[in-house]
Amino acid sequence: MAQAEAQDHGLHGHAAPVQAGAHAQGQQHPIKLYLVVWGWLFILSACSYAVDYFALQGLLRWSLILIFMMLKAGLIVAVFMHMAWERLALAYAIIVPPLVILVFVAIMVIESRYTEITRVLSFGAG
Amino acid sequence: MAETSLGHVDHTAPRPPGLRGFVADWSSDQRAFKGVSWGKAMMWIFLLSDTFIFGCFLLSYMTARMSTVVPWPNPSEVFALHLFGQDIPLILIAIMTFVLISSSGTMAMAVNFGYRQDRKKTAILMLLTAALGATFVGMQAFEWTKLISEGVRPWENPWGAAQFGSTFFMITGFHGTHVTIGVIFLLIVARKVWRGDYETGARGFFTSRRGQYESVEIMGLYWHFVDLVWVFIFAFFYLW
Repeated sequence: MAQAEAQDHGLHGHAAPVQAGAHAQGQQHPIKLYLVVWGWLFILSACSYAVDYFALQGLLRWSLILIFMMLKAGLIVAVFMHMAWERLALAYAIIVPPLVILVFVAIMVIESRYTEITRVLSFGAG
Repeated sequence: MAETSLGHVDHTAPRPPGLRGFVADWSSDQRAFKGVSWGKAMMWIFLLSDTFIFGCFLLSYMTARMSTVVPWPNPSEVFALHLFGQDIPLILIAIMTFVLISSSGTMAMAVNFGYRQDRKKTAILMLLTAALGATFVGMQAFEWTKLISEGVRPWENPWGAAQFGSTFFMITGFHGTHVTIGVIFLLIVARKVWRGDYETGARGFFTSRRGQYESVEIMGLYWHFVDLVWVFIFAFFYLW
């Protein structure tokens, strides 16, 4: 595998053999990095739990939930899954498509509002 | 080793016209993700497809919750536990979250020790990850049992909108299945690490390719994804 990759790089001249060798060693980061991220994930989870524990309501609750969720997801993907050190071609191919789900969300929000109105009109207050 | 046997096509060579050129373009040895092994790229693409599956589940949950005229049960109360003489909201789910995050932490460290060729630490950390994953599934089984005994069914529940049960069982059930499969594969890969398969280059049972420590990282990608999905389920289903 590693040999094949080294040959591949060598043939196309994209990377020097030294770099290909470094890749064969895989991702090397200090253990401390993982412990720090682990700690942050604990803090962020505790924060999102606190949102529920102190029964925050309305816009404050929803925005805090979303902020903590995105921070946690970002840390997991970037550090634990090593996306921060992958090539941009891979990162974009994996991260951009899920964003299209937001379009689907918008469509379904319109659809469910319509359904709700029809239910209220047809069955009274429910 | 398929890459070497396929040989290398000159990428600048002109393609045959028409349909043959189209087929040649799609079948020839071209790579978009340079420096990424096929195994890792395929795992990422699988995870992308899984993202859409869970995305659709959460979307259907959103649609059901937004369109119902019956009040939605309050998850904070539904998932409360009576501990130390008082009701603590959502406590079981919070513990499950911490368990799963810890398993992600041990998995990340297992990948790291794998690349350092530290066989023993890698295997122990992977077994620890599997144990935490099994704990998570066990707590989920407890949660299901509690809710079912309280009368939650996919078609009804005592507190409000009927869709609560169906979305709950579908989303957490599918996630729990992912965790269970992850635990099984963790045990398989941990055994291979322990035996030193990735150092002697023993051939795998399925693809008969020679294993290497990248398999631990690919296994880790799947495991972190399971944790990632839980982040979204926790936010949208339990906290919202």
